[in-house]
Amino acid sequence: MRLAPWLFLAPGIAFFAIYVILPIFQSFHISLYRWDGLGDARYIGLQNYERLLDDPAFYTSLWNNVRWLVLYLLAIPAGLFIALFLNQQVRGIRLYKSLFFFPFVISQVVVGLVFAWFYNPSIGLLNPLIGLFGFGPVNILGNPNTVTYGIIAAGLWPQVAYCMILYLTGLNAVDPEQVEAARLDGAKGWKMLWYVILPQLRPATFIAIVVTVIGALRSFDMISVMTSGGPFGSSRVLAYYMFEVSLSEYGFRMGYGAAIAVVLFLIMMVYIAFFLWRMFREERGV
Amino acid sequence: MRFTIRSAAAALALSTALAGPAGAELTGNLRIFFNDQNPAPRAAMEGMVERFGEMHPDLNIELTLIDREANKTQIRNYLTANAPDVNGWYAGNRMRPYVNAGLFEDVSDLWDGPMGEELASTRPALTLDGRQWGVPYSYYQWGIYFRQDIYDELGLTPATTWEEEITNCQAILDSGRKCYTIGTRFLWTAGGWFDYLNLRTHGYDFHMALTANEIPWTDDRVRETFANWRQLIDMGAFIDNHTAYTWQEAQPYLVNGDAVAYLMGNFLVEPLRDAGITDNQLGFYQFPEITPGVPKAEDAPTDTLHIPTQAQNKEAAREFLLYVASAENQSIVNEVLGQLPINSNAEVADDKFIRAGFEMLSSATGGIAQFFDRDADAEMASAGMEGFQEFMVMPDNLDAILTRLENVRQRILED
Repeated sequence: MRLAPWLFLAPGIAFFAIYVILPIFQSFHISLYRWDGLGDARYIGLQNYERLLDDPAFYTSLWNNVRWLVLYLLAIPAGLFIALFLNQQVRGIRLYKSLFFFPFVISQVVVGLVFAWFYNPSIGLLNPLIGLFGFGPVNILGNPNTVTYGIIAAGLWPQVAYCMILYLTGLNAVDPEQVEAARLDGAKGWKMLWYVILPQLRPATFIAIVVTVIGALRSFDMISVMTSGGPFGSSRVLAYYMFEVSLSEYGFRMGYGAAIAVVLFLIMMVYIAFFLWRMFREERGV
Repeated sequence: MRFTIRSAAAALALSTALAGPAGAELTGNLRIFFNDQNPAPRAAMEGMVERFGEMHPDLNIELTLIDREANKTQIRNYLTANAPDVNGWYAGNRMRPYVNAGLFEDVSDLWDGPMGEELASTRPALTLDGRQWGVPYSYYQWGIYFRQDIYDELGLTPATTWEEEITNCQAILDSGRKCYTIGTRFLWTAGGWFDYLNLRTHGYDFHMALTANEIPWTDDRVRETFANWRQLIDMGAFIDNHTAYTWQEAQPYLVNGDAVAYLMGNFLVEPLRDAGITDNQLGFYQFPEITPGVPKAEDAPTDTLHIPTQAQNKEAAREFLLYVASAENQSIVNEVLGQLPINSNAEVADDKFIRAGFEMLSSATGGIAQFFDRDADAEMASAGMEGFQEFMVMPDNLDAILTRLENVRQRILED
């Protein structure tokens, strides 16, 4: 075994072990204790997990996570179509591309704030806007039935831009000869997209799915900025709920928070395992 | 006065055998973390530090101002690592996690001196497990702030009983306005309503027993409190969409006259004045009686300073707290803050609302509560206030809410 590769890898492995692997086991460990983060911890076995099972807030958060996951994936087709639309040679197209990319450059916190103002029922632009079409005033972020969708819509804005950029770079790599050949064979419109373009965009699609799913699962900043999980906890997701019970103003339940983190980790694990399996398979294919 | 403080400090220094001859001259560093960056509190604290610095020229005082909200989470870090000598926090059960973890210094010795008598009114709020853990510098009243001009226009007078409150509210609603503005986005404003409704319906002792987890949330008496609240909700007394607003975003309703009253702490007065409401337009009244004969108790949250256990210069910190508690300092500080001094020898500022609050609290025979989130356990406070907000939007969910709160209470008791 040669030493050099391992030496080069060592710093990366060390940091990955300290900041990623070790905390995972620490979370497992803390989740078996009752601990307020200040005093002594007491071992309570799996009690935190048992309590999680009867906790309505946990199910609300879990269900919201599912909503995020499903709806956030809309960013991928939306990004694709904007990319197809912008993939043309027009004067000033670079400017349009950068304008479309702009939301991704803004911090998520700012996006959240701007959307919160937009939705605000007393000063926001949304209500006068839909009023023009004869729809009644709505209180998106104050209504438990609409709040999560409102935040996801805000989150989609930068995410669509992100997917768009991925597809734009992917479209640069599309082989013009294949497109030409397909055109000679009479393919156009949807058929062209589905059978010729999309297969060539597979790497871009794969990355877009990866970043979108991760983005959906770690959605935290927008929720914190726009609603703090409210009204009455109806916009929480697991990541936010974990923060709330263990680290926020009134949160002193480190063990319970760690148990939520473990559940979130296991959910992500399913997805990460699939991702790794695919990567291995493709690498072997090469 | 000055003499008593000095002699008490000297006695303290001797009795605890702290270093230095007679302990009169303070040296070294005094690091203070104060938890407010707003203009008035900042000026008050800076003035306090400056005057104390003049009394002790050899002491090097470092004042760090931390944002009020940020401090609520940062306190855990700085108390356990790199602690200052003095830090700002709150009275009541909000001290509990830090007292239990041994992170706050026991300052009962200060309270045993003459300071204890002058601050007697807040001794219970600073006491946990029979000892005192900090020193208060200010407090403020809660009550109903209302638009005097609109009341005059409608020919109303502030209510003293619940029936009058309801009648007034109906008259206000009939004039096309809302009775109360409120912004529940950050939940605590709903806690204020619950505190008052519960204090007036069942009195101080019941309220304190409930916040101390001694009474089940499914108790019928708790339901009576919510039934009173529901009367207002069913009338449509509160502004719409309040879940979307912060307490500041709810102010324009009062300023524009779309809502007529606001149950709030005295810190509301400053922004209303800034918004152009004159003192003739704004009135204040005590939350009316609900159950006849129940002595009136009030919410009056107390702002406090503490010494972390890991402080480096506890001698100077103790001396500073004694100065903070002194009548002279409390008069000046609260004039700047626009709040009430706690020291019974201090002067109350000449301001309509501060005077009103002072009179109300001096005659509060029922008792002084801190506030829901300071009286209740942290976890109960957060679950409770969330439940109150839900109740204000969906009063029909009351059974589910109370069951949930009762589960939280059971779990806290088990722990």
